[in-house]
Amino acid sequence: MKAPGTTTRLSVQKTYKLYVGGKFPRSESGRVYEVTDSRGAKGSGGGQDGGAWLANAPLASRKDARDAVVAARKAVAGWSGATAYNRGQVLYRVAEMLEGRREQFAREVADAEGLSKAKSAAVVDAAVDRWVWYAGWTDKIAQVVGGANPVAGPYFNLSTPEPTGVVAVLAPQDSSFLGLVSVLAPVIATGNTAVVVAAERAPLPALSLGEVLATSDVPGGVVNLLSGRTAEIATPLAAHQDVNGIDLTGAGPELAAELEAAAADNLKRVRRPALGEDWTADPGTSRLTAWLETKTVWHPIGV
Amino acid sequence: MSSEVVPPSTLLPDVSSSPRALRSYLHGLPGVDAVGLEARAAALGTRSIKTTAKAYAIDLAISMIDLTTLEGADTAGKVRALCAKGVRPDPADRSVPPVAAICVYGDMVAVAKEAVAAAGGTDVHVAAVATAFPSGRAARSVKLADTAEAVAAGADEIDMVIDRGAFLSGRYLDVFEEIQAVKAACTREDGSRAHLKVIFENGELSTYDNIRRCSWLAMLAGADFIKTSTGKVGVNATPANTLVMLEAVRDFRRATGVQIGVKPAGGIRTAKDAVKYLVMVNETLGDDWLSPEWFRFGASSLLNDLLMQRQKLSTGRYSGPDYVTVD
Repeated sequence: MKAPGTTTRLSVQKTYKLYVGGKFPRSESGRVYEVTDSRGAKGSGGGQDGGAWLANAPLASRKDARDAVVAARKAVAGWSGATAYNRGQVLYRVAEMLEGRREQFAREVADAEGLSKAKSAAVVDAAVDRWVWYAGWTDKIAQVVGGANPVAGPYFNLSTPEPTGVVAVLAPQDSSFLGLVSVLAPVIATGNTAVVVAAERAPLPALSLGEVLATSDVPGGVVNLLSGRTAEIATPLAAHQDVNGIDLTGAGPELAAELEAAAADNLKRVRRPALGEDWTADPGTSRLTAWLETKTVWHPIGV
Repeated sequence: MSSEVVPPSTLLPDVSSSPRALRSYLHGLPGVDAVGLEARAAALGTRSIKTTAKAYAIDLAISMIDLTTLEGADTAGKVRALCAKGVRPDPADRSVPPVAAICVYGDMVAVAKEAVAAAGGTDVHVAAVATAFPSGRAARSVKLADTAEAVAAGADEIDMVIDRGAFLSGRYLDVFEEIQAVKAACTREDGSRAHLKVIFENGELSTYDNIRRCSWLAMLAGADFIKTSTGKVGVNATPANTLVMLEAVRDFRRATGVQIGVKPAGGIRTAKDAVKYLVMVNETLGDDWLSPEWFRFGASSLLNDLLMQRQKLSTGRYSGPDYVTVD
């Protein structure tokens, strides 16, 4: 028995929500699914019964995907039109916000991936560092992949990289935070806008990332985060006529083949999944250049 | 048209005999329960219309559109492009019906008539806004000349604005007589008459009671259609203010046997919105009004959204703005 006058404090549970167009809506369908800790992932048949319950996450529907694409399309003009320097500053600001929330993300990553406290902290640090690394690339990628081409005539011939547009990203299933940052940051660093499908079993770090993005000068709609069944959300995204590229990292081989076929209809750029990608390794620039189109201009040299 | 056989005012007490008679008639109309009205309009907006019903609704909505361009920057080229689009909204799909009418300023009527004919749109009407649209602030002689010129240029339909100043200051008979005068100006040389739509500008009438009074006033004066707004002010067609007008039209036919059309305009941009209005028409008025002859949408960007939804239904893939025209 407690002494009279003292009460036990009830902790406040967080409602995880989608992040679409700079707002935090629930799924249009009203559905949620149970997210369990990492022991659930190893349970028989991948059911919901193996691990301890962590939270209910929204189970996004194809209509949420459609709304996210509309929001992403609206944001393209502003984000791709911003100067590369400005985009870099905004992304660096995201890293600043992440830094202040390292403990929260470390806890969520530890729950999701079954890592020790120290290991999950190291993963979050690596993710923040990766974000800063990509922030630095925004105003340098044009020098690396663009340039002045030598031509046999009295012309300047200049190639510049331009963003592809709206990119759907299937976040990796095995790395809920570092993997997510590694696939998302290059997409927006190059001036694209993204519709991200978070890891199906471990969407909580991704949904929390939405809260960071919302408070760090990233315009609404530049990043849209959905949680739910990857196959269910990815199918309409791959077929969507207003999506310009799709990153299939989080899709299994069978699903990836199906999605690639659907994506062919409007000639989307497709990035195929690589098996067993090491998220701690140096990522190189391939994820940046995957979402860039080269524009080449001929200009007469004045005489 | 059969609805014009009996002049409506002969079936009701002679309300237009004096300002006082008209005023007491309009103020004798029952008041609108605003809360109930808005709840009813919101409830009707929650119906789920799917698959074949949705396909039917989308095609019906396309055929009801008055495709509109009313900008100071309108050019003959823009009007021609709009006419071509109205006659064949989706060039890649011939099963898409044409729109009901092209709505332009009076000076563009001749251009629109020619462009519609050139595009082969035999059923597509040309509507002209007249009477000093959108404010309606001009002398009556100017308004009548404006109307007569548009009719002479070949307009099939005239969208007039009422004098809101007169209405709000209680000079109902002035408004009544002006509608009658404009209707007279709609008569062509051969004795036929352009269809008259009367625009209230609901956003400026302030109350639902005013909208109901204005509906009855316009119907008694001989309007063929009543239209919510010009699209030029902050508040345009809303489900609730359109519902007031639908109810007025329903009650008017019950009292006089004369059927009047309704046209919500402004602010209807998505297929979902359009379907909500169709549900409201069906539930309030029934099948009789579910045709372009009796119900119209005044819109421009709505058409693109309807076309995108139609493409989604036929292909199963979400479409995008790259696959419809920029206008």
